[in-house]
Amino acid sequence: MGTTVEAKLGYNVFKIDKERHIVIDTEICNKICKDKTCLYICPAFLYKLDDQGNNTVDWEGCLECGTCLICCEHDALSWEYPRGEFGIQYRSA
Amino acid sequence: MEKVDVIVVGGGLAGLSAAYGLAAEGLEVILIERGDYSGAKNVTGGRLYVSPIRNMYPELWEDAPFERPVTREFITLMGEGNSTTIEFAADKFAAQPYQSYTVLRATFDLWLSEQVMEKGGMVIVKQRVDDLIKEGDKVIGIRAGEDEIGADITIIAEGVLGLVANKAGLRELPSWKDHAVGFKETLELPKEVIDNRWHLAPDEGAAHLFMGGVTKGMLGGGFLYTNKESISLGIVLGMKDAKERVDKIDIYTLLDDFKANPTIAPLVADGELVEYSAHVISEAGLSGIPQLWGDGYLMTGDAAGLALNQLYTVRGMDFAVASGYYAAQAIIEGKKQNDLDAVGPAYEKMMKESWVLKDFETAKNILHFIENPRIFSHYPNAVGRLFDRVFTLNDQPTDSIYTKVMSSVKKDFMNVTTAKELLGMRKI
Repeated sequence: MGTTVEAKLGYNVFKIDKERHIVIDTEICNKICKDKTCLYICPAFLYKLDDQGNNTVDWEGCLECGTCLICCEHDALSWEYPRGEFGIQYRSA
Repeated sequence: MEKVDVIVVGGGLAGLSAAYGLAAEGLEVILIERGDYSGAKNVTGGRLYVSPIRNMYPELWEDAPFERPVTREFITLMGEGNSTTIEFAADKFAAQPYQSYTVLRATFDLWLSEQVMEKGGMVIVKQRVDDLIKEGDKVIGIRAGEDEIGADITIIAEGVLGLVANKAGLRELPSWKDHAVGFKETLELPKEVIDNRWHLAPDEGAAHLFMGGVTKGMLGGGFLYTNKESISLGIVLGMKDAKERVDKIDIYTLLDDFKANPTIAPLVADGELVEYSAHVISEAGLSGIPQLWGDGYLMTGDAAGLALNQLYTVRGMDFAVASGYYAAQAIIEGKKQNDLDAVGPAYEKMMKESWVLKDFETAKNILHFIENPRIFSHYPNAVGRLFDRVFTLNDQPTDSIYTKVMSSVKKDFMNVTTAKELLGMRKI
């Protein structure tokens, strides 16, 4: 129903860096984290578990809001803004 | 290390406002913005209240690229299977000087950065500030990649997350317990369609807020602002409620459900999606404001926790402009007196004595009040039930209007819980 969130992100302008700006310490996700808030709290729905059950993030589509960083209580995320001139470039917002 | 009077970290409204005030007085100011242009990383709901800040830079607002002045206010309570809308129009809102305008940040902030440059301020884009440089406890400049620049005063205007200030030990990261996430779509619609749907005269605008079903009972609400030829449609959601919700609802789906709701669908019909954005908002009020200054630096805007949920509106941009203005005034005065140690205390004093921190003081109990889930479920539903009874007619003998209203009021409003909540309202 409606537009999927992936399709919504397709309308945005992203300048994608070679380096990722979010790194997940999956060991923490697997060993300590029970609630895995990032999977449902990211407004761009970028966090997903892969076939092995490891947490992944499609960082290229990041809206840079920081919600995942704030909600991760186990410090599993190394999260920086993308380097200058990379990442989302809003044209309205 | 190259040194200037002032470095501003971040080209949003707080940083730009500060840089504009400083450049206008001839100070040497460098503003550093990580996006391709000022506004590239910035998100609003959004409406800017100009009334509080009009006299700060009176020459600025006449030519500002606002979208529409807000002349009509709508509030919709979304109940179960119904909705109740209040539409408020006042002659004074439809006349100059307008108290608030809808804005789009990519346009607005870019324009303000051009005004800064016109005054002689330097705006450097596509550069991320990585660190503050400290000498003991004193902030003496910034590091951006390989480059280091020194400054008498560094204005921290990096936004709500405060990553750079946090790295330097000047403030905490925001907490999920008292922050919200806002996410919105920008939907293009022809001018006349917008005018018709919100009963607007040409070039007038509407602010439309939604409470209740839109957040499925969680703290927050929906918003809709009319721009010139688009609408900003979104949801603000308290992270605590979203995080602790047992069914772990994917929050982005709330916006799709919202758009599909029979009350909303005709309002947004044929809107062409042009952008999807998201931003974190402080709900912490007064308690979320860190130390506003320290040796060598001032904190402004969202980086200083300056966002305020007043229930019927969320303010942030006017505080950002005001804090930037006061930061600039404090620095200008400190330079004149050749007393930079006086800058921080002077800035704090201006913030405390103006409406900025007074409004935070007034609203200090709001977060506690809105943490009550009944506000987002019971009351919107109760109002819907009341009107449902009033307007329903079938083949049974109908009750008197008095009976219909009073039976609903007794059931939903005349009880101890509501009485206590009414008493609680005295604090907001």
